[in-house]
Amino acid sequence: MRRAELVTAVLLAAFSIYLMWKSTELNIGWVKHEGPGGGAWPFWLAAIMLICNIWTIVNWVRRATPQSRSQDQFMDAHAIRMLLLVGGSVVALVAMVHVIGVYGAVPVFMLFYLRVLGRHGWVPTLVISGTAPVVIFFFFDVAMRIVLPKGYLEPLFYPLYDIFL
Amino acid sequence: MDIIQHLLGGFLIAFEPLNLGLVVVGVTVGLFIGAMPGLGSVNGVAILLPLTFLVPPTSAIIFLAAIYYGAMYGGAISSIMLGIPGASTAVATTFDGRPLALKGLADKALIAAAMASFFGGTISIILFTGFAPALASVALDFGDQEIFALMLLAFATFVGLGGDDIAKTVFSICIGLVFSAVGMDIISGTPRLVFFDIIGFLHGINFLVLAIGVYGIGEMLWTIDSTRGNPMMSKVEISASRTISHMKDVVTEWKPAWIGSLLGFFVGILPAAGATPGALMAYGISKMTSKNPENYGKGDVGGVIAPEAANNAASTGAMLPMLTLGIPGSPTTAILLGGMVIWGLVPGPMMFIEQSDFVWGLTASLYAANFFAVIINILFIPVFLYVLKMPFTVLAPIIFVLCLVGGYAPTEDMHDVWLMVLFGFGAYALRKLDYPLAPAVLAIVLGPIAEPALRQSLIISGGDATVFFTRPIAGPITMIAIVLLLLPLVQVFRKKRKQAKNAGV
Repeated sequence: MRRAELVTAVLLAAFSIYLMWKSTELNIGWVKHEGPGGGAWPFWLAAIMLICNIWTIVNWVRRATPQSRSQDQFMDAHAIRMLLLVGGSVVALVAMVHVIGVYGAVPVFMLFYLRVLGRHGWVPTLVISGTAPVVIFFFFDVAMRIVLPKGYLEPLFYPLYDIFL
Repeated sequence: MDIIQHLLGGFLIAFEPLNLGLVVVGVTVGLFIGAMPGLGSVNGVAILLPLTFLVPPTSAIIFLAAIYYGAMYGGAISSIMLGIPGASTAVATTFDGRPLALKGLADKALIAAAMASFFGGTISIILFTGFAPALASVALDFGDQEIFALMLLAFATFVGLGGDDIAKTVFSICIGLVFSAVGMDIISGTPRLVFFDIIGFLHGINFLVLAIGVYGIGEMLWTIDSTRGNPMMSKVEISASRTISHMKDVVTEWKPAWIGSLLGFFVGILPAAGATPGALMAYGISKMTSKNPENYGKGDVGGVIAPEAANNAASTGAMLPMLTLGIPGSPTTAILLGGMVIWGLVPGPMMFIEQSDFVWGLTASLYAANFFAVIINILFIPVFLYVLKMPFTVLAPIIFVLCLVGGYAPTEDMHDVWLMVLFGFGAYALRKLDYPLAPAVLAIVLGPIAEPALRQSLIISGGDATVFFTRPIAGPITMIAIVLLLLPLVQVFRKKRKQAKNAGV
């Protein structure tokens, strides 16, 4: 945890510097008759972010915060496994939307999560994975008129569009 | 008494069968829209606005106002049940609503939210009825300086009262504000902070992308990690006697309810401020005046009551400048205003005279909408609690899917969904290191209000920052904000002196 605290603070400090540099693309000073330039607001906020990160690093050196004293592992074996499985399946879910759309990706994700990670029986797994896309379709596409991405499955929806939209 | 006569006439309109039916339907629809993460009152009102062209204008606005109210009630539901704010107005509700749900008191939190919403709504409608034109003129005196001072106060509340590591809290506020600056510079109209020239950043970062990333994905990962995959969501039983005893508990918490209602109503009237800062300030002040401020954030009912009373009060307050001056007080009222223009109604001071049927019909139906919203909300509590009883491995994928569609819905752009996932992983890491993330989510909501207010104030004053201290309304607000910002330093100093004293003895 102690090492993670320092690494995070340094990374965030670097990000703050990047934000400051990026803000200088616009005027960060005072523009006559226009007030502060467009870059001033993010520039100075990013500068405060940098100060806060330096402050956190100082606290780390002084061992003033609980995280900077903690000997616990930041990511233990369970956390890494969880992050890979759960986090990975979420990333896969979003990636699949580009190919097979929401209505393809959601059932695949639910099947994997419920059956493999949750170890539920086939009946609840199939019922939930099957109901979810139907509910989403009627709520978003039909009722709210927010057309969710369909990917390559779009042609399958033409008859449904004719009926409901 | 003119007002009472008008109001009675209004009730006759509100209780016409068509209007009453629309109130009930609107409240129910609003409740569900509000409860969905990613959809709030704005979405509901915007999407259903075209449907209202089928009915007369008075019925139409009654329907939309009922949706608005229902959604305000509903926003609390996902804040409490899932820990994901249903809308920006319900962010402050998660602070204590979520811990209550984790303690197995989800039903108490939901009842508190419903009753507080009813109380806040009712108080503000009474104020609305009594003082509509007078209050509108006070709010009109609020310039950019006052609005910026209010924003400063909102952030100062976090630093002064948050109790988290100050460096990390300030960092969180600033990163939220910087993210809110991504997209277009509103004053010069040039693109700003378009990272790696990715086009998706041009439309800015929607607050929901950050909110769902942090509270949806980040929070879920953290929960699964910290509970080793076996979280007990809650062990809530539902019974009539339990419900009544919760109601009795809630009634004794009158102080946060009053703070929330009055503050929410007044902040709601201010153009552009609206329910989100109102709810946050109500939370902060209620914590400040509480006898046990250390319980806030760990599941204090007052922490649910204050913001919920405030956001409902604010939603009524926001209608005041819309009707009296034609200036919307919130994004939702901006859409309502658009609708009114389409219906051929011209908002403004003359409206109370020329369209008095409309104005008083609307006012009376706000009472009715509030009444039905609280009843429908409490009746649905068992349904919401049933959701919590699901095994976590069923609830988790459902929440992830809700995050996906909720992140997509506001902008309909996959770029935002990816950004949301990225924020989720970032939030998970920062959460492990005790970085408070709620300030960042609020900052991204308030940033687009705070930045133009600051810049315009400075343009008007020619770069002189003392305007924030010398203006009669802005001055005291700024001073309170500075005191709050310095509060933690004073506490550190006092602690050190105490330690030194103890060491001396």
